[in-house]
Amino acid sequence: MSAAQKVSYFGLIRNGIFGENPVFRVALSLCPAVAVTNTLKSGLLMGVAVFFVQVMANISISIVRKLIHARIRLPAYILIIGTWVTVANLLLAAYEWPIYKEIGLYVELIVAFAIILSRAELFASKNEVVPSFFDGLGMGLGFMFALGAISFVRELLGNGALLGYHVVNTHPVLLFALPMGGFFAVGLLMGFFNWIDIRFFGGHGASGAGH
Amino acid sequence: MSEKERQFIVSVSPHVRSDVTVARIMWSVSISLLPALGMGLYFFGPRALAVVATCVVSCLVFEAGMQKWMGKPVTISDGSAFLTGLLLGMNLPASLWSFNPFLIHLPILGSFFAIVITKVLFGGLGYNIFNPALIGRAFLLISWPRAMTTWLKPTAGLLGMDAQTTATPLGILKEDGVGKLMEVFGTRTNLYTQLFLGHRAGSIGEVSVIALLAGGLFLLYKRYITWHIPITFLATVAILTWIFGGKDPQTGRIILFAGDPLMHLLSGGLMLGAFFMATDYVTGPSLRAAQVLFGMGCGILTSIIRLIGGFPEGVMFAILLMNCFAPLLDRVIKTSPFGTVKTAAAVPGGPKA
Repeated sequence: MSAAQKVSYFGLIRNGIFGENPVFRVALSLCPAVAVTNTLKSGLLMGVAVFFVQVMANISISIVRKLIHARIRLPAYILIIGTWVTVANLLLAAYEWPIYKEIGLYVELIVAFAIILSRAELFASKNEVVPSFFDGLGMGLGFMFALGAISFVRELLGNGALLGYHVVNTHPVLLFALPMGGFFAVGLLMGFFNWIDIRFFGGHGASGAGH
Repeated sequence: MSEKERQFIVSVSPHVRSDVTVARIMWSVSISLLPALGMGLYFFGPRALAVVATCVVSCLVFEAGMQKWMGKPVTISDGSAFLTGLLLGMNLPASLWSFNPFLIHLPILGSFFAIVITKVLFGGLGYNIFNPALIGRAFLLISWPRAMTTWLKPTAGLLGMDAQTTATPLGILKEDGVGKLMEVFGTRTNLYTQLFLGHRAGSIGEVSVIALLAGGLFLLYKRYITWHIPITFLATVAILTWIFGGKDPQTGRIILFAGDPLMHLLSGGLMLGAFFMATDYVTGPSLRAAQVLFGMGCGILTSIIRLIGGFPEGVMFAILLMNCFAPLLDRVIKTSPFGTVKTAAAVPGGPKA
């Protein structure tokens, strides 16, 4: 994103949700996309946590980017991200304890999520605070959208329910509630969004599709 | 160009013309499965026919539909989708066709998973990593474990619509041990005979060993398959179950060299898997030595799952797991062409370039 200054703020948000969607287009942070998406609620909460950390980390790193020596930038980024992950972790533990028991481990792992560090390195460290904020907003929303879509499919097919409420009265496809269902859901949705991109927008799909 | 020029055109290999085509092999395998299918229909009645027919028709429909949708030539006449449907249907319990509306769609969903997800999405015939029929069955077994393990009692009548259900021999062995198995079948000779003829609960196509052997020998005779995978598969299972299959009925501890290899060979889907599934050209290795290793791996995994795993039967998972290793086995076995010189960089620990 070298030409980032030319892009509008709205374009940055759209880029995060569609153009470079962290999960479906860039294929980063697939571990939580598989691990914590068996119900819509946990998937969405994980998305909210990542959204929060992404936005705050982007802002903080953008503010202090000129003070960090290039050689120690990665440890410094990790420290900043870790600070915000701690905040998100404690907030979730305080207000959403039942869900936190299930996804708590993965919330702490947000420190090591590739998408957050990659936005810090690729965008926040090179741009002003306001564009960094909108980039974090877009990427966070994109991640939340991806986890929401995956967990929507998985809870609907695997449990016949949405947000814990029974909606389909039949024998559900148990496979989608199991970990392997996460891989199927991610793969099928990724293919679906590639298909939309190629078919309706004349794109080439994510790297690997059609090549 | 003139006729003379035309005669000098050189195309890439292979140049040898043979009447053995993909379609011919696929239809031959389908025909060789017919005796086993017939025995399954004889024992489980019209519901078995309904399950198999649903699988075959929906596999053909999915294959044709996907190929049409993707703008590719429709190749359902090559018999591969038909064979996938036939194998999938023969791997399902006949109880799937019941008047319970939740269960009628299971063969269709299994066919969808087999054809669309396992085969077409990976590039179609020749590009699939896993055996489509087995993935279809694995998907059904994992998603609906109760429906998939409700086995009909073989009635040997053509109109057994309200048949009783019972456990498979391997299921009894897993749950209650050898003693209970003997109680059900009486003598050992009776057990072997029943298993050999197919008078037992199980998937539609796996029950009759004699019919499966007839089909397998036909394929061996026509040289569509070689002995390497089936024989090593069966031999490994026989040896391992003989060594580790024996159990002390009181303490439950393993007694070495006291197993019953014949019972393990005849029961479950071993014959169907060894002759018709593991020998799939696409998902198995193509070099002879690799095929031997492949068969041994299948046998080891099957024995492990049967003897200490959670499922009573392990042929399906064994073949699927070994499918992953097929390309690797081929690569390990492949010898380097004559005259290839090992460079320094290629030798581990050699001098760095």
